Amino acid sequence: MSSLGPPAGYTGAARSLGAASRTGAAALEFRGVTKRYGRGEQAHGAVNDLSFEIPSGAICVLVGPSGCGKTTSLKMVNRLIEPTAGEILLDGVNVLTEDVTALRRRIGYVIQQVGLFPHLTVGRNVAVVPALVGWSKERQWVRADELLSLVGLDPASYRSRYPYQLSGGERQRVGVARALAADPPLMLMDEPFAAVDPIVRERLQDEFLRLQRDLAKTILFVTHDIDEAIKMGDFVAVMEEGGRLAQFGPPDEILAHPASDFVARFVGADRGLKRLSLVTIADLELAPLAASARAGLPTFSPSTKLRDALSVLLAADSRGGVALDEEGQPRGLVTVDAIASALAEDRHAATAASAATTGVSGAAGDAKVAAAGGDS
Amino acid sequence: MNGEPLVRWDWLFAHLGPIADRVGQHLYLAAIAVSVGFAISFALAALSIRRRKLYPFVTVLATAAYTIPSFAMFAALVAITGLSVFTAEIPLILYTIVLFVPNIVAGFDSVPWDVLDAADGMGYTSGQRWWRVELPLAVPLVVAGLRLASVSTIGLVTVSAILGDSFGGLGYYILDGYHRHFTTEILVGGLLSIGLAVIADLGFVLLQRLLTPWAARRAVGG
Repeated sequence: MSSLGPPAGYTGAARSLGAASRTGAAALEFRGVTKRYGRGEQAHGAVNDLSFEIPSGAICVLVGPSGCGKTTSLKMVNRLIEPTAGEILLDGVNVLTEDVTALRRRIGYVIQQVGLFPHLTVGRNVAVVPALVGWSKERQWVRADELLSLVGLDPASYRSRYPYQLSGGERQRVGVARALAADPPLMLMDEPFAAVDPIVRERLQDEFLRLQRDLAKTILFVTHDIDEAIKMGDFVAVMEEGGRLAQFGPPDEILAHPASDFVARFVGADRGLKRLSLVTIADLELAPLAASARAGLPTFSPSTKLRDALSVLLAADSRGGVALDEEGQPRGLVTVDAIASALAEDRHAATAASAATTGVSGAAGDAKVAAAGGDS
Repeated sequence: MNGEPLVRWDWLFAHLGPIADRVGQHLYLAAIAVSVGFAISFALAALSIRRRKLYPFVTVLATAAYTIPSFAMFAALVAITGLSVFTAEIPLILYTIVLFVPNIVAGFDSVPWDVLDAADGMGYTSGQRWWRVELPLAVPLVVAGLRLASVSTIGLVTVSAILGDSFGGLGYYILDGYHRHFTTEILVGGLLSIGLAVIADLGFVLLQRLLTPWAARRAVGG
């Protein structure tokens, strides 16, 4: 896959495939999954013939308007809702054939309302699944503390609190810690950051992506917010009313080549700009920069998104800006033209990435072998 | 009243032993009614939660029982169960049901759906979910029902004094004092009965605090 260059939005999966062997993430496949409510003439489809595959260690975001069946799809994975037809394969095994309690205990579950147990302390909330599967008390406590630290809550001051003593953001962190407690190979996250204010949401998203870089869990993530989908997803599955899959692919491909009018409308008229938020200055080819020309130009760190850089350049009415390297030394010149041409180049890369998605099953298979090797 | 003092302290101090016995009997009669009533109500509430259509019937029947005057019920029961403890307890038990059932049902209804969804999603079996999640979260309203029923029952126990000397708890003194125009007895019976109700109520408040340290007692900012 390295020969494909760095197609934005696909790097996540590429990066996690290597890590999958460490944590034991599982590949997830939907195969012709359908959910109908009612019978005969009255029957209506909530989810219609859904098929896609997520390689182990990747985040796949189900996104779509309300009523498109995205939450129903997610809840069919841990069988809170039973499919009418089709198969859901977790590492090649149909979840419908498994013991439902055992299945749920090895799938992390995070929901918008968090659903923390109000009568248990934060520590015991986190240790719920380890307790259910019979870990020793001491191991439960050690694990709870470890996870609280992981999500940025000091165990000493948080483990004995009750949920009512937490802010919305803190509750959501505990929710994530709880879902991770038994080290599940798959996480289901249903609008996990929707109930907090935008500033906290963005922080939680960033922190979660940072965590995921090490954890490399396979994650099925539901949101109605296309910006969140693009930010969080290695893959984005756009669903439309009637529970149909409108398009599946890396975020950049969805933005660059919407498969239908519906997808184009859903991702928005600013999809070009949204694509720029997937690429950073570090990915940009830079024009050489004369030392004398630097004065008064805006500067950009390597992690600056092209969308933000463009915004700064336009606002400053500046012909260019200085890209800095990690040490803060000037690396080259960023221009509006360079950003525009990056979009064109990127479109090329996105096409390559689209070709790569069709080969995803092969990659997932490899990861599975690696995971199995790591576990034994 | 014949120039007698309101309270004859000498009588009071001479009867501390019998008064203590009556307090014991009062608590005994009330405790049986509250615990048996609670057990019956819990079963009826569980049934009402499983089969919602039955809930209105349970409520109507419990309310109907509550409308029967206690005197009438004691009188009717004497014909069936004689002057036994059943005659005293059956009305007391029936009266608690209308106080318990709605509180128990509301207690289980008050468990937030997202908490149940999370419990299911994390792999609680239905039994584990009931014992470890639903029951503990229903406790505040269940205890509210216990407070109501115990206060009400402690008051009603006094009426069973009409069944004879071996019933009524402190009600014996109220009835005896009434017959003898002896205010001291009426005051002892009435005030101690009130005192027992208050103590029982405070006891349950304390119990609830111990059982639910997790309940927010005041709004917390942020």
